[in-house]
Amino acid sequence: MNLTLKIWRQVSPVKKGKMVSYHVTDVSPDMSFLEMLDVLNEKLILDGDDPIAFDHDCREGICGSCGLMIDGVAHGPEQATVCQLHMRSFSDGDVIDIEPWRSGGFPVVKDLVVDRSAFDRIISAGGYISAPTGTAPEAHATPVPKKDSDAAFDAATCIGCGACVAACPNGSAMLFTAAKVAHLGLLPQGQPERDARVLRMVGQQDAEDFGGCTNIGECSAVCPKGISMETISRLNHDLLGALRAGAVPAS
Amino acid sequence: MPLELFTVGEPIADTKAPTDVPVPQMWEERKFRARLVNPANRRRLSVIVVGTGLAGGSAAATLAEAGYRVKNFWFQDSPRRAHSVAAQGGINAAKNYRNDGDSVHRLFYDTVKGGDFRSRESNSYRLAEVSAAIIDQAVAQGVPFAREYGGLLDNRSFGGAQVSRTFYARGQTGQQLLYGAYQALERQIGLGNVETHGRTEMLDLVVVDGRARGIVVRDLITGQISTHLADAVVLASGGYSNVFYLSTNAKGSNVTAAWRAHKRGALFANPCYTQIHPTCIPVSGDYQSKLTLMSESLRNDGRVWVPKERGDDRDPRQIPEAERDYFLERKYPAFGNLVPRDIASRQAKNVCDEGRGVGPTGLGVYLDFTDAIERLGRSTIEAKYGNLFDMYNRITGEDAYETGMRIYPAVHYTMGGLWVDYDLESNIPGLFVIGEANFSDQGANRLGASALMQGLADGYFVLPNTLANYLADGPFPKVAADHPAVVEAETAVRTQTERLLSINGTRTVASFHRELGRLMWDLCGMERSEEGLRKALDRIPEIKHEFWTNVKVSGEQGVFNQNLEHAGRVADFIELAELMCVDALHRNESCGGHFRAESQTPEGEALRDDENFAYVAAWEYTPDGTPPVLHREALEYEYIHLAQRSYK
Repeated sequence: MNLTLKIWRQVSPVKKGKMVSYHVTDVSPDMSFLEMLDVLNEKLILDGDDPIAFDHDCREGICGSCGLMIDGVAHGPEQATVCQLHMRSFSDGDVIDIEPWRSGGFPVVKDLVVDRSAFDRIISAGGYISAPTGTAPEAHATPVPKKDSDAAFDAATCIGCGACVAACPNGSAMLFTAAKVAHLGLLPQGQPERDARVLRMVGQQDAEDFGGCTNIGECSAVCPKGISMETISRLNHDLLGALRAGAVPAS
Repeated sequence: MPLELFTVGEPIADTKAPTDVPVPQMWEERKFRARLVNPANRRRLSVIVVGTGLAGGSAAATLAEAGYRVKNFWFQDSPRRAHSVAAQGGINAAKNYRNDGDSVHRLFYDTVKGGDFRSRESNSYRLAEVSAAIIDQAVAQGVPFAREYGGLLDNRSFGGAQVSRTFYARGQTGQQLLYGAYQALERQIGLGNVETHGRTEMLDLVVVDGRARGIVVRDLITGQISTHLADAVVLASGGYSNVFYLSTNAKGSNVTAAWRAHKRGALFANPCYTQIHPTCIPVSGDYQSKLTLMSESLRNDGRVWVPKERGDDRDPRQIPEAERDYFLERKYPAFGNLVPRDIASRQAKNVCDEGRGVGPTGLGVYLDFTDAIERLGRSTIEAKYGNLFDMYNRITGEDAYETGMRIYPAVHYTMGGLWVDYDLESNIPGLFVIGEANFSDQGANRLGASALMQGLADGYFVLPNTLANYLADGPFPKVAADHPAVVEAETAVRTQTERLLSINGTRTVASFHRELGRLMWDLCGMERSEEGLRKALDRIPEIKHEFWTNVKVSGEQGVFNQNLEHAGRVADFIELAELMCVDALHRNESCGGHFRAESQTPEGEALRDDENFAYVAAWEYTPDGTPPVLHREALEYEYIHLAQRSYK
């Protein structure tokens, strides 16, 4: 099939960007979306043009590197990462808009590449259980009810791609933060730091350039791992609990 | 073997394992003899860690917890993206929770046997010994392993083992273990104990007075080239499967950090030991950019088969039982579909070579779940493998619950890597290599669920002890920023970068990478022969020459330039490919993942030659045009009797 791509080109964080049109021909329906961009890039390189920069790595939907707004939808028409999107989801003659994640919290690095280090800082603020190497008790010392363990796992599958932020009309990172708060808060090992964790992580999220959560739910609708809005309820529950208990962040 | 391909140097030996005590006591003894660093002195000692995967992430976090000043480098945008994240199946540990006869000794035995008697007994034993502590550590960090209704951890069995010792988190075990290490690392970053350098690629090693003292890096956003110095350097930069272009590795995975260290004098061991994973999704077209693995755990419940007749292209559901050949169950009744990876892969290749392969290309075999769904119910299969079935559906557009899967082998893991001693220290003092980047404890073939085990064993439990022994001599004299070794290394990096950008030829970097990959897959892949390897060794220098005269790299040095990054990596893959072929050619025996057509049993199984090849081949780099030097490290088996591997 033949397609027209309108792609956001921006040379650097400080330069102004714009949409540029490209025509791609003979696209196979079995190609992945990123392979289609690879083919275009090889052509651009041979023509002496600057290839389109985009983040990608594992190309199997688990590393969280890739992420594009495709026709205004984070990761495009399938609820999966862009690398798992195949061209069979499109038709001959389609015009496709391709943009980077748009959020104050994710400044553009170049073209479709953005800086998501704000996510790392949110984890750094409290998204962990303090268990220095060598201090662990025998794994079976604390049984964990299967339903808690399964729910923790579901929240823990977040890959940190940032689609939730890109999709949110407020540019909120709440689903990302909530997934980690829920994962760790559901486990017995996560209890000692539960109050401090939610306060610090929400504090860091607010310190970054993200918007607030108003429970719209676009985040969960585009999440390639299907992280549920229930995690946000859990975060709010933990946050209110911590504030009511008079917890104060240690830092 | 004609002399022009390589020369033979002095033998080498591991001098760090305390061989005066029996293998089961070696690690305790080594830890006891290792010198310690007083906690108050640790903050005066700095360590560079390259990589944030299971090995690098766990090492950086643990060293920072201990109080060392850690400088951590990674090329992705976040440490959470390291390719360990993609490991699916599980992690082995000798916990014996199933009461099925498992023990440290049995895991040790399985590892040495699975590695086809080409790993060190001392290292493999230690790996088995620390395995149980990894599970404890991960659980304490909140890694959500699969559990049973009673709240205890679940296990499954994996290829090459007859016990259930694999811990897992659905099909995302690597992701969950990596996030455990990543979160521990982020905690240390938040505490100010780790200096971070994201989107930064190591391009050279700085060696001063015989010690590894730093690295030259390129900031991938600004293009700035700079040098970072420390008291020791730890490489945790992963494996080199992408030398084959198509592999299950992430697109960014590369050999550059390890290769540049090799060019500075670090020995590269057993480069020809590559692992071909049997259960990947078959190739669909020329544009293909990578291959996707389906976890080996699927072989617990899936049955591998092809039609008995050649060219039988009926819908698999229409082919009656009597006309199917469950070839693994037929040939290996004891292990059936759970034979080790090298055997399962080669048998799949054999039936396809016979013309019995399935799917549009004829390069595929069925992995069928009909029996398991009948026996356990669809919901059980969904709970165990749901994400894998979804992934398969997304890529192929087919429903594997109905039709089963089509699978074909693909390169997945590399057992070779930089040579290290028992302390995980290379032959360059102060250069430590951990995880897949070293030549590892896995011998000539790695068993399923052992990569996660090794990465975390190295990072959490081994390196922190052995590195302390080295650092006890530190801090080492300060290296000036204008030290000749620093200037020379930085200049070399700048020169190469400028050269790549100035060629301005007519072929893309990717076209060279694809050509090299196809050549390696055909001639140094699942089956190698003298004729094929010689052909490859004729062709690779031509590819190299054409690359350096006709590649077209776009853009400039001082900016974000992904094409330039790729060019540097492909340049190194080309050089590595040549060494892999020399290693494969010189090793005129079959062992594990290295199958030489000339060396097989009458039944077509790998035939080792212990008399001549029971050694580690550690290669020394020599400048362009001169052949590499082979240093042999003899392997001795005291506890596990050398025997022909049998999984019948």
